[in-house]
Amino acid sequence: MTAILVKKLNKYYDNGFKALSNINLEIKKGEIFALLGPNGAGKSTLINIICGINKKKDGEISVFGHDIEKSYKMARSKIGLVPQEIATDSFEKVIDTLKFSRGLFNKKSSIEYLEMVLKSLELFEKRNQQIRTLSGGMKRRVMIAKAMSHEPNILFLDEPTAGVDVELRQSLWKNLHHLKKNGVTIFLTTHYIEEAERLADRVGIIHQGEIIMVEKKDKILEKLGDKRVIITINKTSKNLKNILAKYNFQKRKNKLIFSLDLKNNTNSVSDLFKDLIKNSITFYDVEIKKNNLEEIFLNLIDQ
Amino acid sequence: MNIKGIIAIYKYEMSRTYRTFGQSIASPVLSTALYFIVFGTAIGSRIGDIDGVSYSSFIVPGLIMLTVLTQSLSNASFGIFFPKFSGTIYEVLSAPISPFEITTGYVTAATTKSVIVGTIILITSTFFVDLNIKYPFEMFCLLILISLTFSLFGFIIGIWANDFQRIQLIPSFIITPLTFLGGSFYSISMLPEIWQKISYFNPIVYLISAFRWSFYGEVEIDIYISITTIFIFLLACLLTIHFIFKTGYRIKS
Ligand SMILES: Nc1ncnc2c1ncn2[C@@H]1O[C@H](COP(=O)(O)OP(=O)(O)OP(=O)(O)O)[C@@H](O)[C@H]1O
Ligand SMILES: [Mg+2]
Repeated sequence: MTAILVKKLNKYYDNGFKALSNINLEIKKGEIFALLGPNGAGKSTLINIICGINKKKDGEISVFGHDIEKSYKMARSKIGLVPQEIATDSFEKVIDTLKFSRGLFNKKSSIEYLEMVLKSLELFEKRNQQIRTLSGGMKRRVMIAKAMSHEPNILFLDEPTAGVDVELRQSLWKNLHHLKKNGVTIFLTTHYIEEAERLADRVGIIHQGEIIMVEKKDKILEKLGDKRVIITINKTSKNLKNILAKYNFQKRKNKLIFSLDLKNNTNSVSDLFKDLIKNSITFYDVEIKKNNLEEIFLNLIDQ
Repeated sequence: MNIKGIIAIYKYEMSRTYRTFGQSIASPVLSTALYFIVFGTAIGSRIGDIDGVSYSSFIVPGLIMLTVLTQSLSNASFGIFFPKFSGTIYEVLSAPISPFEITTGYVTAATTKSVIVGTIILITSTFFVDLNIKYPFEMFCLLILISLTFSLFGFIIGIWANDFQRIQLIPSFIITPLTFLGGSFYSISMLPEIWQKISYFNPIVYLISAFRWSFYGEVEIDIYISITTIFIFLLACLLTIHFIFKTGYRIKS
């Protein structure tokens, strides 16, 4: 079942800046989707359009089949949003702001449910305190609690772990897994690749307003091999491409970066060394690295 | 209809007032008391009756209007401007709540506050003058109607403003002068003829005139004309808000 469907979405800001171009995206119910991209790529813009905070220029977006403009009430009632920036009324009490959020979404008041949310985010002790008396990380948890207070089917988290300590980050990840188990669809953006690797079922990469890749997380890692061998050569040769035709590699100055699938042994490191020496390509440094999303991400953006 | 959403906004806005209750009540009461002492007692004793009413009683409706208009504008404009400024507006924008419902929540809260302040000033004034309100029910309806109209107007200003200065702009440069020139402290008929004519272009003249009518029953402008003017203004505000939300003007980027 499709939770979110985005078709041919374009976005221009009032100053004429094109923030998103031709975005097509489908998020399935119950999955965790992570959107990665450098600063200014358009992650927040995309989230804010889906949630009704920014206007779109054209294209279609639906949430569980409800068009976000024509049936915005149906669409929005399914969504909880944790925006990138912490924005709260600092003089309001934690519990009051949750009640407010729940009311805004037309849900019957339920102090039991709100207390459960507070407990799951370790905010219960702080419930009667004004928000200004909380630490930055706690404020972010309040933002998350607000988004959860109306029992959304889809949770948008725009960089939920920015400025959050390791312990809390891990407890948040546990929370998200728990939500996923209950059928909640999760759409998050992050700069921490580790977060995407740990959490996501699928990963999308956005760059300069365009989605340049959407893949199952496992597939991405698989496709590019599980290990990389980085060899620093003394002298480059024009023929490298021909000589090393059977290898999957990239060249960065005098570094050759090979992606090898060592598990399946299609190319072994010794074969590679043999080929290099046979062709009198000498090298003075060898590194072997485990492939991770970080590298993949940087590679994609570099192109 | 998202009734719970409207109530949530209303409650939130009212709780914001309770937090600053002393200030939001004490300051209008104090300034009104000062007006009574200066204009009513000190100067007023040297001015004769106007339309058969003593000067200090004559200014009561105008004084209430003066405060109700400024309070409505500032409450409603801050109510919506502040979330824009602090970023908390994101939640209202992403909630399943219609523009009409959002407006209802903010504007009814601002109206409530103005009516409370107006009533308190009315009570305060009884310490200084003997009041005989001719049409109390109509007076209360007019108080609500005018508070509502100006709260809507304030809401528009709050949406339009993108800095603190703009919030103050219309109240201090248009509304306060027009209220002073609108017959708060004098009767329009006391002016030279040319200024009387000009005054009829000042919409606030009709508000004050209508309100004064509910107190004393005797005014120079026909009450139906005044009430029609108020309704036209109300309608204009409603249409403007409708247009604003339709285009997302200044709220959504
Ligand atoms: N209100 C606006 N008016 C004009 N341009 C804007 C506006 N908001 C954002 N932009 C531009 O749109 C682009 C995308 O911004 P966006 O906030 O979506 O990036 P992001 O991917 O969320 O970045 P980050 O990782 O820094 O949060 C940026 O170039 C930004 O400058
Ligand atoms: Mg962002």
